[in-house]
Amino acid sequence: MIGREPGLILEAAPFLRRELTTSKLMRDVLLGLAPVVLAAVWYFGVSAILVIAAATAGAMGTEWLFPPYGKRGHSLKDGSAALTGVLLGLTLPPGLPLWMAVVGGLVGMGLGKLVWGGLGHNLFNPALVGRAFLQAAFPTALTTWAPYGGIGQFFQVRGATLAAPFMHMDVDAVSSATPLALMKFSGESTPFQNLLFGSTGGSLGETSALILIFAGLWLGLRRTYDWRIPVAILASTAAFAGILYLVSPSAYPPPHFMILSGGLLLGAVFMATDPVTSPLSPRGAWIFGAGIGFLVVLIRVFGGFPEGVMYSILLMNAATPLIDKAVQPRVFGRPRREKS
Amino acid sequence: MAKDSSQAYAEFAKGLWKENPVFVQVLGMCPMLAVTNSAINALAMGGATMFVLLGSSLLISLLRNVIPKQVRISTYIIVIATFVTLADFTLKAFAPALHKELGAFISLIVVNCLILGRQEAFASRNTVGMALADAMGMSAGFLFALFCLGSAREIVGNGSFFGFPLFGPNYEPWVIMVLPPGGFIMLGLILLLFGAIKQARAKRPSETARKAA
Amino acid sequence: MSRPVPKQADVSLVKMVLTLTLAGLLSGLALAAVYEATLPRIKENQRRALRRAVFEVVPGAADMKRMVVSNDRLTEAPEESEEAGIYAATNESGEIIGYAIPGRGIGFQDFIDLLFGYDPKSGNLTGMQILESRETPGLGDKIFKDADFVAEFRELAAKPEVVLVPNGTGAAPNEVDAITGATISSRAVVKIINEASREWLPLIEGG
Repeated sequence: MIGREPGLILEAAPFLRRELTTSKLMRDVLLGLAPVVLAAVWYFGVSAILVIAAATAGAMGTEWLFPPYGKRGHSLKDGSAALTGVLLGLTLPPGLPLWMAVVGGLVGMGLGKLVWGGLGHNLFNPALVGRAFLQAAFPTALTTWAPYGGIGQFFQVRGATLAAPFMHMDVDAVSSATPLALMKFSGESTPFQNLLFGSTGGSLGETSALILIFAGLWLGLRRTYDWRIPVAILASTAAFAGILYLVSPSAYPPPHFMILSGGLLLGAVFMATDPVTSPLSPRGAWIFGAGIGFLVVLIRVFGGFPEGVMYSILLMNAATPLIDKAVQPRVFGRPRREKS
Repeated sequence: MAKDSSQAYAEFAKGLWKENPVFVQVLGMCPMLAVTNSAINALAMGGATMFVLLGSSLLISLLRNVIPKQVRISTYIIVIATFVTLADFTLKAFAPALHKELGAFISLIVVNCLILGRQEAFASRNTVGMALADAMGMSAGFLFALFCLGSAREIVGNGSFFGFPLFGPNYEPWVIMVLPPGGFIMLGLILLLFGAIKQARAKRPSETARKAA
Repeated sequence: MSRPVPKQADVSLVKMVLTLTLAGLLSGLALAAVYEATLPRIKENQRRALRRAVFEVVPGAADMKRMVVSNDRLTEAPEESEEAGIYAATNESGEIIGYAIPGRGIGFQDFIDLLFGYDPKSGNLTGMQILESRETPGLGDKIFKDADFVAEFRELAAKPEVVLVPNGTGAAPNEVDAITGATISSRAVVKIINEASREWLPLIEGG
């Protein structure tokens, strides 16, 4: 019992470890997503479950088929593929044909992540790549919004969810418009409490602002993501939209509408904060978020589409390496300005 | 003579596969991506390119000892541009619908680097027969590649082939495939496919050699 | 395989200039010849396409004349005039039964060129045809592929102006049902028509 080895560890860096691993991070985010998924199910019933499951199956299946490294199926364990699938599912309209959701998962994972070399190498947010592909490939299906209903309509399959693969299905069911489309095309605004609680048309996960705010706060307090990014996005959206609103309250929607409607909160909390595709430094995060907010308002107000969160985030994803380069922190021990 | 014809055949065949302008040399990407949203457009573009390449290769190979080296590129461009404009007028007069579809991309054949490349690399140093065989092979390879991309994009993006619907009225077309991004995505997938085929082919002889050993 | 390249020193400036001049000259000759040979056919193609479009938007037309503005009045255009004009469609006995008015404006992706017919007697539009557009296939291109939408522009009151309403709600004679999911393209078409109407209808009625 005497000569116990002294605690001398001969090891290479890193010496300081945090009890945080990729899979833990992913689990946290998935946990934060749970209430959002539940809200989607509440409003859109069994269709929500089916669409999200199909997108997830597409994403995980692709990662399983084309593993970026190691043994087949090994890279599924970090949970990033599942997270991409769920996030993609939440951005899709309820009543989307399931096969399209699978295609979205496949393309998002394949073109958005695996061709870059797997987790950590991708330039763009994979879920949004899948969403953008679907938007361009099936513009009609992606802008057909099945109306929301209470939990009473749980078993009612919405829209064309069960369309046969590669086919479309004509459904007579009324389709509703999103608050943003109503604002853009008919100048109607949506009541504040509807935006807050989510009883509006829209993508599965974007309708309930309140739940997204709570999920975002919880994740932010747990330091799961860089809180600066969503804060910067919301602040710059509010600022730009606010300026426009002050200039002409009749021509432009009020800033609180801008923030609560559409995919802004979902994007700000769950998409823009993806650590792989956002800048590393705090200063970079501020620039990144501010850029997204500015682009969102620009696209929504002056662009052709009613919604612009997806394109804004993808564009700023593309700018991330530049931002990282521009605001590179000073190397410790070097002078402030160094001519290279 | 026999040697000549077999060499001509070799010059012809290399353009089809081994040195295919698109799949191997990745040349002429502008028309490749721009006008291949249907099989018929791809064929028309391939045909026009073939006409220009054959015409200019013939002329430049004939004149290869006359053209001073310092002004050769300018001369090639004049020759190529002439043939392109001829093709442009002819299509406009006899196939106005097709010409409308291809639009400015007919005139842009002038800057297809495949054509200038063949003049500089081959026609200006070889006899007329060889130059024609080479031009024929290269443009056939280009046409083949355009046709692959055009058919694939039309089938997926429009559910039809040469305008005939393939999958019935309920097929949901992948609109992105007939839009510009679809050109890039489909080209990438086709290059991937051909890369895989080439790799598989390259592997085979070595395996048989190993078995023999 | 390749022959020895002639030595550079042999080539004089004169020869270079001569080569390029000659190449340019021959090329110009060839082009001029083919241009002359194909021009009548190209002109004929364009004329026929235009006639077809005009007859499409003004039903019952048998012939057409190009009209331009001179001294604030519509007059028949001289043969080679290049200024913007409209087309007067006449029936068999030579009476003007309507006008085909071209319009151009920005759509969802690119400019939309269209032609629409107007009947000054009834004050109605008589038809609309898209001449050129690059709207999204499967969505925006319904402005010419969707027969119901195109039919909206027949017997459509042009005054005070054409109004776009959500699909299925059009009731008034000057209302057009928008294409579901392609509001932007539908709106662009209506806007182009209204703009061209504002420019040309007073002239048509004035003279």
